[in-house]
Amino acid sequence: MTWDVALILSIDGLANGAVYLLAGLGLVLIFSVTRVVFVPFGDVAAFAALSLAAFETGRMPPTVGLVLTLALLAVLTEVGSLVRREEYGGIPKAIVAWGVLPAVPCALAWAVAGQAVPAAVFIAVSIALVVPITPLIARVALQPIADASVLVLLIVSLALHFLLSGLGLLFFGPEGSRTSPLSTGSVALGDGFSVSAQVILMIAAAVVLSGLFFLMFERTVVGKALRATAVNRVGARLVGIRPARTALLAYMCASLLAGLIGVLIAPVTTMYYDSGFLIGLKAFVAAIIGGLVSYPLTAIGALAVGLVESFASFWSGALKDVIVFSLLIPVLLLRSLLAAHVEDEGEEIDQ
Amino acid sequence: MNGRQNHLVVAGAAVVALALAPLMLGNFAVSLLNDIGIAALVALGLVLLTGVGGATSFGQAAFVGIAAYATAWLTKTQGASPWLGLLFALLLTGSAALAIGMLTLRLGGHFLPLSTIAWGLSIALLFGNLDALGRHSGISNIPPLRLGPWTLGDSRAIYYVIWVLVGLACWFSFNLLRSRSGRAIRSLRGGATLLASVGADAYRVRLTLFVMAALLAGVAGWLYAHMNRFVSPTPFDVRASIEYLLMAVAGGLGHLAGALVGSALVMMLKNGLQDVLPLLSQRGSQLEAVAFAALFILLLHFARAGVMGFVARLTKGRFAPPDIPKAKASKPLPRRALPARGTEILSVAGAVKRFGGLVAVNDVSFDVKAGEILGLIGPNGAGKSTMFNLVTGTLPMTAGRVRFLGQDITGMPQRQIARLGIARTFQHVKLRPNMTLLDNVALGAHARARSGVLTAGLRLNRVEERQIFDEAMRHLERIGLAERAHELAGSLPLGTQRILEIARALAADPVLLVLDEPAAGLRRKEKQALGDLLRKLRDEGVTILIVEHDMDFVMKLVGRLVVMNFGSKLVEGSPSAVRGDERVQAAYLGSVV
Repeated sequence: MTWDVALILSIDGLANGAVYLLAGLGLVLIFSVTRVVFVPFGDVAAFAALSLAAFETGRMPPTVGLVLTLALLAVLTEVGSLVRREEYGGIPKAIVAWGVLPAVPCALAWAVAGQAVPAAVFIAVSIALVVPITPLIARVALQPIADASVLVLLIVSLALHFLLSGLGLLFFGPEGSRTSPLSTGSVALGDGFSVSAQVILMIAAAVVLSGLFFLMFERTVVGKALRATAVNRVGARLVGIRPARTALLAYMCASLLAGLIGVLIAPVTTMYYDSGFLIGLKAFVAAIIGGLVSYPLTAIGALAVGLVESFASFWSGALKDVIVFSLLIPVLLLRSLLAAHVEDEGEEIDQ
Repeated sequence: MNGRQNHLVVAGAAVVALALAPLMLGNFAVSLLNDIGIAALVALGLVLLTGVGGATSFGQAAFVGIAAYATAWLTKTQGASPWLGLLFALLLTGSAALAIGMLTLRLGGHFLPLSTIAWGLSIALLFGNLDALGRHSGISNIPPLRLGPWTLGDSRAIYYVIWVLVGLACWFSFNLLRSRSGRAIRSLRGGATLLASVGADAYRVRLTLFVMAALLAGVAGWLYAHMNRFVSPTPFDVRASIEYLLMAVAGGLGHLAGALVGSALVMMLKNGLQDVLPLLSQRGSQLEAVAFAALFILLLHFARAGVMGFVARLTKGRFAPPDIPKAKASKPLPRRALPARGTEILSVAGAVKRFGGLVAVNDVSFDVKAGEILGLIGPNGAGKSTMFNLVTGTLPMTAGRVRFLGQDITGMPQRQIARLGIARTFQHVKLRPNMTLLDNVALGAHARARSGVLTAGLRLNRVEERQIFDEAMRHLERIGLAERAHELAGSLPLGTQRILEIARALAADPVLLVLDEPAAGLRRKEKQALGDLLRKLRDEGVTILIVEHDMDFVMKLVGRLVVMNFGSKLVEGSPSAVRGDERVQAAYLGSVV
C-alpha cells in the first residue's frame, strides 16, 4: 500500500465515518431518551435515498404509500387508546396530529413529482417524506409498551426492522438506485490529488450537524428537556416534562438525521431497500464504543469505524463487514475490564 | 390426582403420541415434525437463556450454523464419522459461545444482544465467503447418520434420533432447573448482589447458561446438516435467529414446554403461509417476513407470556410437578463450627466510604464478639446501610480494614465473604417472587452444596437436594412459614418477606448474620416473634449485627449499640448508657442549645 492509496482510503473512511457519526448521534439520542435501541434507523435512511431516486426519474416516490399506511395505523392506535380512556374529545386532534400532519409531506411530494423543479426541492421533500416515519412507527409499536424492559424494546425494534425492510421491498422493489451527486467538481490538494466535492459535503454536513446538535442540547430548553428525560423519566415528569412528548421529539430528530444521511449517501452508494441495516449496525458499533450514552465517544467511534471499513475494503471487499464488526471485540473487552461493578436489575420479559 | 401424577400423565401422553406419529402420518408431516424438533432444541436454549435467565441472543442461528458447517466439513471433506462430527460441532459452538459470553456478559443488559446481532451477521457472511465452506453454494452431499449397520438416511429414520435428543434435552433442562444450579439460574433476574449474597457468581452462572443454550443450538445444527444433507449460509442469518426467538416467545418463555409448543406453532404457521401467500402476491416470501414481524410485535404487545403462559393460568398449577425429590437423606448438610462465645469475630478499623465528594462513612471502627447481638442505629442518612454494604463487600471501601475470623476481608468480593460465613438480608427485599418460599430459602444453602450442572441435569444430585430441602424446611418451620412452603414468595406481605430473607440467610449456616431493618413493616405480634427468634439464634451461638429503626425493639434485643451520625461513630455502649447519652439525644431530637 502506497501513501497516496492510504490517503485516498483515509478520505473515503472519513466520508463513511461522517455518515456513521450522524447515524450514531440519532441512535444515541433515541436510546438515551426512550431506552429503545432503534434498529430500523438505517431503513429510514434508505427510504430517503430511494425517494430521492424516484423523484429524479420523474416518478412519485412509493414512500408516500408507506407513510400513509403508517399514518392510518397510528391514527387507529391513538383513537383506540383515546376510546379506551373515554376521552372522546381528543379524537379530532389525534386525527389531525397523526393523520393529517404526516400527509402534508405526501401532498408536497405529489405536487412536485414529475415537475421541473430544482434538485434542492426534491432533496428537501425526500427528507420531509421520511421525517414522519420514525415517530409513526414509534407511536404504533413502541409507545404502547414504553415501560417494558430494554430487552423487550430491543426485540420489538429488531422485529420492526424486518417489518420495515419487508415493506420496503413491497413498496420499492428489489432494484437498487443511485442519485446524481449533490455537488459536482472536486478540490485539488496539490500533487495531482483531489477530493470530490461530494465527500467534502458529507464531512462538512457531519461537522455542522453535530455542532448544531451540541448547541441544541446545551443551550435550549428543548434540549435540556431531552437530557432530563434521558437521566430520569420519573424526575422529568415531576418537573412537567412529558416523556411521551420528548420521546416523540427524539424520534423526529432522529428521523430527520436519517433523511439527511439518506440523501448524502445516495449519490455515492447504490442503495437497495435493505441497505440501511448495515449502515445502522455500523453506527451501533460506533454507539457501543460510546457506551450508548456518550456523544463525543460515539463521534470518535464513528470515525474509527469509517476508517477501518475503508481500509478493510481495500484488503477484502467481501469480508469488510466482518472486519468492522470484529472491531467490537477489543471495545467490548476494554469495557468489560473497566466495568468493575455492574448491578443491573433483572429483565422481566414475560410478565 | 396430585400435581406429580398429572404432570407424568401429560408428559407420558406426549411421548407416546410422538413415538407413534411416524406410523400414522405421511412423509410430509413427518419431515415437518423433524423440522419442529430441531427448532425446538434451539428454542429450548432460548427459553432457558431469555425466559429463565433474563439475557438474550440474536445469534442462536449462527450457533446452529457453526455446528452444521463444522460437521458438514468434517464428514464431507475429511470423511470422518458423523458422530465425530457431533463432538467437533459441539466443541466449536461451545468455545465460540464461551468467548462471546466472556466478552459481553460482564456488561449491562443490552451489550450481549447487540453484539450477538453483529456476531450473527458476521458468521453468516463468513460462511458465504470462505472457499473451504463452498461460499454461497454451501456444502452438499453430506453423509447421513449411521447407527451400527443402519443408515438413517430418510426422514422417518432420523425422526427418532431427533425426538430422542429433544426428549433428553427437555429432561435434562427440567432436572437442571429444579436443582441447586437451577435455583441460581432462576435467581439471575434478581440481580448479581442477590446471588453474591448466597455465595454464587452471577457472571459464571450466566456464562454457563449461555454456553448451554449454544450447545443446544449446536445439537440442532448437527441434526440439521445430517437430515438435509446440505448446508448453505441463508438459514443461519439474523432473520433465522429472530424466528427462533419468536418461537420461544410464542410458546411461552416461562415454560420449558413453551419451546415445543412455540416451534410447532411457528413451523406450522410458516408452512401455512408458504401455501397461502403466493396466492395473494407474487412476492410471497417477503409478505411472509412482514407477517412474521408483525405477529412478533403483536405478541410482545399483548401476549408476552405466550401459549404456555395462557395454559398455566387456566390450569392454575394442577399440572405443576412438586419440587421436593423423594430420595431420603441419610444425614443433614454439614454445619460450620461456630467460634467460642466472646471471641472477637469481626473487627472494622477506620472504615471510610466516599461517593464523589460525599463522605457516607467517615472513619468508623467497631468490633463484634461471637454470640452477641450488636445494634447499629442512627438517624436517617447516618450511613448505617452503607456501613453494612462495606462489611459484606457489596460496596468497595475507600479506606480502612475489615477482619473476619482472623482473616483480612478488605476488598474481597462479596461472594467470598458470604462463603466465609457472613449472611445478610436486604433493606429493599431481594426475593424471587415467582419461586416458592422453599426454593427461596434453599437458594440460601447454595454455598453449602457442590453439585454442578451436569450432575443436576442427570439427576445424580438427589441425596444432596434432599439435604438442602430438609435444611430449608427446618428454617421455614423456625420462622413459622412451613405450611406455606409451596406458595410463591411474591404472595407474601412485605413484612413476612423480610422474615423469609432471614430464613434464607440462616440456610447458609452463617457465623455472622447481618440484618438490615428486619422489623420494618411488621406488626407488634410479629415483632415479638422476630425478637424471640433472634434471641434464640443468639443462644445457639449465631452472632447478629442489626440495623433497626424501631428503638423499642432494638433496645430490648441487643447487648451493645453503636450509634452513627453523619457518617461518623457517635457513641458505643449498652442500651441504657446510649439512651442516657446527651449526644445521642441531640442527634435524634436536636440539641437543646
